[in-house]
Order: sequence, then C-alpha cells, then structure tokens
Amino acid sequence: MTTTARLSDLTVGQSARVVAVDATGDAGVRAMEMGLIPGTEVTLVAVAPLGDPLVFELRGYRLSLRKAEAAGVEVSVS
Amino acid sequence: MAAAPPARPTDRVRLAALLLPIPPPEPTLAMAIAADPQTRTVALIGNPNTGKSTVFGALSGVQQRVGNYPGVTVEKKTGRMTIGDRRWTLIDLPGTYSLAPRSPDEMVAVDVLLGRRADTPGPDAVLCVVDATNLERNLYLVSQVLELGRPAVVALTMTDLAEERGVAIDLDRLRDRLGGVPVVPVQAHRRKGLDALKAALAEAADRPPAVVESPFPEPFREEVAALEAWLAERRPGGPPLPRYLVERLLLDLSGYLEGVVAQVDPAELHDRVVSSRARLAEAGCPVPAVEAMARYGWAAGVLDGVVSRPDQPRMTTGDRVDRVLTHRVWGTVIFVALMAMMFQAVFTWAGPAMDLIDAGVGWLAEAVEGAMAEGALRSLVVDGVIAGVGGVIVFLPQIFILFFFLGILEDCGYLARAAYLMDRLMTRLGLSGKSFIPLLSSFACAIPGVMATRVIEDRRDRMTTILVAPLMSCSARLPVYTLLIAAFIPPAAIGGVLSVQAATMVGLYSVGVVAAAGVAWALKRTVFRGPTPPFVMELPAYKWPSPRVVIFRMLDRGWSFVRRAGTIIVAVSVVMWALLYYPRLPEREADRYEQEVFALEAARERADDPDRVAELQARIAAIEARALGEQQRNSLLGRAGRMIEPAVRPLGWDWRIGAAALASFPAREVVVATLGVVFDIGTDVEGEEGASRLQSALREARWPDGRPLFSVPVALSIMVFFALCAQCVSTLAVIRRETNSWAWPAFSFAYMTALAYLGALLAYQLGSLLAA
Repeated sequence: MTTTARLSDLTVGQSARVVAVDATGDAGVRAMEMGLIPGTEVTLVAVAPLGDPLVFELRGYRLSLRKAEAAGVEVSVS
Repeated sequence: MAAAPPARPTDRVRLAALLLPIPPPEPTLAMAIAADPQTRTVALIGNPNTGKSTVFGALSGVQQRVGNYPGVTVEKKTGRMTIGDRRWTLIDLPGTYSLAPRSPDEMVAVDVLLGRRADTPGPDAVLCVVDATNLERNLYLVSQVLELGRPAVVALTMTDLAEERGVAIDLDRLRDRLGGVPVVPVQAHRRKGLDALKAALAEAADRPPAVVESPFPEPFREEVAALEAWLAERRPGGPPLPRYLVERLLLDLSGYLEGVVAQVDPAELHDRVVSSRARLAEAGCPVPAVEAMARYGWAAGVLDGVVSRPDQPRMTTGDRVDRVLTHRVWGTVIFVALMAMMFQAVFTWAGPAMDLIDAGVGWLAEAVEGAMAEGALRSLVVDGVIAGVGGVIVFLPQIFILFFFLGILEDCGYLARAAYLMDRLMTRLGLSGKSFIPLLSSFACAIPGVMATRVIEDRRDRMTTILVAPLMSCSARLPVYTLLIAAFIPPAAIGGVLSVQAATMVGLYSVGVVAAAGVAWALKRTVFRGPTPPFVMELPAYKWPSPRVVIFRMLDRGWSFVRRAGTIIVAVSVVMWALLYYPRLPEREADRYEQEVFALEAARERADDPDRVAELQARIAAIEARALGEQQRNSLLGRAGRMIEPAVRPLGWDWRIGAAALASFPAREVVVATLGVVFDIGTDVEGEEGASRLQSALREARWPDGRPLFSVPVALSIMVFFALCAQCVSTLAVIRRETNSWAWPAFSFAYMTALAYLGALLAYQLGSLLAA
C-alpha cells in the first residue's frame, strides 16, 4: 500500500515517487528544472552532519535540498 | 556582421606569455575579428559540471580574453580558433541548468544566444555541452536552446564515466531524435573528438537550424501564439519579440521579463499574462510546472530506446568515495582536515614566496637607488612606483596557492560537498554553505577570498559575502598584533594555563568574526533583503581534476588581479608617496641634520677603534632616523595626523599614532615600519632586534605632559582598529573588479572605517574603566 508524505520525511535509503511540487517559490521552480517533477523516482541518500541539508538521488545524479525545500515536495511511499 | 566594439576594455589573458617568452601577437587582432565578415561566432552553453570549460579551453587554447558584460557581474569569456581557413570566435556562457532569466545576470546568456546584445555578435552556431551520465537533465537545457532558432551542435562529455556505469547511448538515433542536430562525443582533457566537433560546427553554421517541434502542449502553444499577435499589434514596426521570450513572459512568475523585454504598457501586459495563466491552469497546464513537465516529457521521448542502462545501477568508485565524504562523521573529519590543510598552505607556503618577492623588490629598489641621483624623482621611483608594484605582486603567491587548491576541489567535484556540509552553519548568518570557503580563505588574505565568491550564484548572498570577507583577520594584520601584544600585554597565564597574550590574539580574531556575523546579519535584513535563495544544488560525480583546467584557472585569477587591481594599487602607492614626501623640510633644518651626519662620518673615517666606529655608526643611524621622522611629521600626511588628533584622542591615541594609522590605509602591513619612522627608530624594524628596539621606543613614548603614551587599553584600541578597518587598497580594488562598480568598495571602506573607530573607542574606554 502507498502513503503520501513530504520528501523531507524520508529516512536514509528510502525511495519515493514525486506526486506534486509546490512551485510558488523559487526553490520549487528550480527543483522542477532539476528534474524533480511528478512521477520522478527519488531516494534519500544522505543527511548533512548538522541535520540539514539532505542529499537525494534522482535521474542518475545527486541533488542537495534543504529540509524546508524538500518539505514543499509531496511524495508517495510504497 | 559588424559588432560594436566592447563598451569596456577587456583583459587580454595571454597565459602563454606568462609561461613562455613568446612574442606578443599584434594588438589589433581583436578588432580585426570583430570587423571581419568571414569570422564565425559560436556560443558554448551547458549545465555546470559538464566539463564545458575544458571543452572551451581545448578549442581556444591559450588565447582567451576575460572581461565583464557592462552593468552586470557576469564574466565575459571569449576565445579564438580556426576551422579550415576560417576564424571563429568562441563565447563561453556561464554554466546553467535552465535558460529562465529572473535577473539581469541571468538575462545575459539569453540575450547573447538571441543576438540581442550590441556588444556581442549573435552566434552562428550554439554548442551545447552535455554530460552523458546525466542526459535527461541536460536535455532540459538543450530543449530550450533548440527553441532559440540557431544551428546547434551537441558535444557529449563524460562518456567514459557513462561507460563505467554501464550506460550505452545510441548516438545515431539520438541525432535523429534531435531533428538532425549533430552529437559528437568528446574527451576534451585527452583532446579526443575535437576535430569531429569542429567539423560539425562548420557544417552546422552553414545550414538552417534544425526544426524542432515545440515540446509544449497545445493549449500553451495557443496562448503563446495569441500573446505573440497581441504584442505585434502593440509594437508596430518594431522587430517581433523572439518566440522563446514570449513563452518566457508566460512562464516567468517573478515578473522580471515583463519589465525588460516587452516595451508595452506593463500593467496592461501583466493583466493579459495573468489571465492567460488562469486559462492555462484551467486547461490542465499550470504555470510554471507546465514547462518542466513538457521538457522532461520531451527528453524522455528523445531518450526512449536511445539509452540503455543496467538493471541494477552499478556502484562506481566515485559513489563509494562519496559515501565516505558525505558521511556524518567521516565526511566532517575529512572536511576539517582538508580545510585545515588548504588554509595552512595559503598561510605558510605563501610566506617564503612572499619573502622572496620582498627581497627581490628590495634588491631592485637598492639597485635603482644606487643608479640614480638623489632627489624627488629617485624617491618617486623607489618609494612610489617600485614599492607599489611590489605591493601588487606580493599577493600573487596567496592567490596562486588558494586557487590551485580551489581549482582541484572544484574540478573534482568536492566544492559542492563542502557547501553542503557547511550550509546549516552559514544559514544562521542568512548566507548559504557556498559562502564558507570564501570566508575561510579570507583569514589568509581577503583578495583571493573575495575572488572565490564567484561560485555563489545568488547576487545578494555573493555581495554580502564580499562585503564581510575583509573583516576576517588576514595574515597582514598579524605583524601589528604580534608587535603590540609582545610590547604591552603581560606574558602572564590565567590559572597557569591560558596565556593572556594568546587569549588576546584569539580575541582579536573573534572580533573580526563576530563583526562579520553582525554585519552579514544586518545586510541581509536591509540592503540585501529578500526571500531566501534556493539551495537546490547538484552534487556532481567525482572525477580526476584536469591539470590543464586547474593551472589555467589559477594563472587566470592571478593575472586578472594584476591587470585589474594592479593599476589602482600602484596609483595609490604613488599618491601616498607624495603625501609623505611633500612638503620637504625647510632647507636650514635639512642642512643641520646633513652637517651633523657629515661631521660624524668624518670622525668615523678617522677612528680606528672598532668600538668607536660602531658607536659613531649608531649615532649616524639615529640622526638619520630622526631626520626621516622629522620629515614625515612635517609631510602632508603628518600634518593630517596632527589635524585629526582631536578625533583620535577618544581612542587614546596621540597624533603620531593617528598619522601611522592614516599612512596604513593603502596597506595595513606598512604600519610597523611607519611606527618605526614616526617614533624615530627608522624603517629598519624587521627581525628580533629591530622589533625589540621599536617595542622599547613605544614603551618610552610620552604625551607632552610626561604620561606614558601607550598602555594596555591604548594597545587594545589600536589592535581592534586594525582588526576591523579596511586598510587594504588591494582588497578594495578587487571588490571593485568583482562587483563591477565603485559604489561597493566605497561602501566597504566607509562601514569598516566607522566600525573600526567605534570598536577602538569601545576598547579604549572600556579598557580604561577596567584598568582604573
């Protein structure tokens, strides 16, 4: 079964599929330009020593987002 | 096409000339290029970390020119190459993930590609540098470039890494899917594929651009067509706005483009755009998401059946390395070790090189002194020009060493990891992790620190970092700290462990850090106020740094410092020389000193007891030092010092300290020598013996009423002043160069001087209260 969550809620190693991206701010637009769009498969791979930012793997590369930015992305976790 | 000459002169970066003694080419070549209708132009565009600079460097060789586009902080990098018998101009555009301008800086690339800039010829072809390991995301930008209607060529880089990951790409099929746009694999650092790339460029420039269907859904295309017609109606006679910009008008929620490209009533346009977006949202094409959906959808279609990947993603060496380097514990440990090593290198390795330069400049000054007749001209050449040039090149070791390390870290992909690790800490100041390395570097020297801010894309973050970087205590402040701490801070230890002298030193460094934090905080809430810029940052795959790129970047930074900051520094040095040299002492007084020296010299000639000779020699030196002191006190600067005495009295300073501080504004490191002159010790204050003579002279200095001039609070106030003051014309010249404006160095100078004065006032007044 799948549940919806925020991208910032993932635990290291967990994968999810993007459902929606809040594009009202600059960060949302940039994240979409970087390929974080509905349907994209994302995995959280690392958390910085001070707890923020986060590193995700998507489309075969690594993208770093702050927690606040990742919170604007809705994902479904299976 | 005849391009207008550049609005500002650009630097001719001839690195070969730095390395090899080759004769410089004729200076009119650049003009010949612009005027020659046979010359073709190609613009390079690509995502960051694709190796675009390596491709640019491999195509243009050593003949590159670096300048600025007027009015913005974007670097203008151009190069030259020949294909067959035709000359080509290469324009290297800044790396970007998307051509979606939201600011004047981001607009530069779009305007250059569309041929909308008067200072840059429109490109005959666009070279898209594309990372083979990351095709989907790179094709996003390609899809935007293809819409610009210029012939395009794709250079495919990182094919070796793609192979390591087991990714196979069908190049012929990719070319067909891109509407016939040539796709050429290159390994620029091994110089592979360059001839094929050149041939593809020559061919593409002769043919009409490939026709690529708009990736947008039908409703969006209809709205674009309607807006195009509407704009054409309102701008009769004018050239039609390129279709790409019409699309962007609809997509740009920031409203930046509405203000700069449309040339119609902004309110009317805005209403029109807003209602258009509302219709699109209803039709299931919400702006701006529609663009990402459309372009990534297009990319997926292009790549379908073109790229095959292994079922299980292969772990590359880089992935395994990254697991350690971004690890919470090991990543931090390695980061701290790397930073410590880099900092240590700039701080200590540069020392011997700087001493060597100092010695060389000293030798040259002495040689010139010996060859010229005494007088104003000799003094100008020795103390003005040679000292000024020495003051420029003495910074090169620090710039070279820092950019050597930064070049390696950047080219191998670690710089982004450093920003990631430090981001949380820097957000407390309202900055991002990208500001960390520039600020750290500034502890060695603010000049390379300010130059290192180019990695910060956000203008407000970059400006804030540039403006607070000079508050970090650089290596030039150390001599002042060392001198005054040794002379006036008791060598006691608190609780037998913590040395008071060491604690004072730490305190002075902290004063700078705390001030920088405060100023950054204040700037981000006033002048550079705005929404937090997104951090969204790619962590590129690791690769071996290319020595060519690293060395080139290092030389480029050093050379651009010499060219851009050098003239300002030498000019200020000459002005300072004049302020200290004029007016001369009245002849009668100068003669008196001269005769005293003459008499003693005659006595020394006659004396045969070595002790007696040494004694006479010491007396001669003392008189000469007194004469020099007298001259400087009488100079314009000395008089200015006396004039500002009422202003520096509250800091606990007399006019002599004030004059020494004034004389140190061009370069704070001269203050020790200046104090030597002002307190009649002469300029020879180097080494242990010189330093101890100066220290005892300072201890013996008195106010006219006989009180000692120096005390602990006075020493503290001087040191705090030097910790906070912008006494470095080189830093100001670099700020001018990096911000492309005189306003920011003026602002830095004003705020830091005010801060230094307040800090010194506080240190003296509080110190006096506590001491009483």
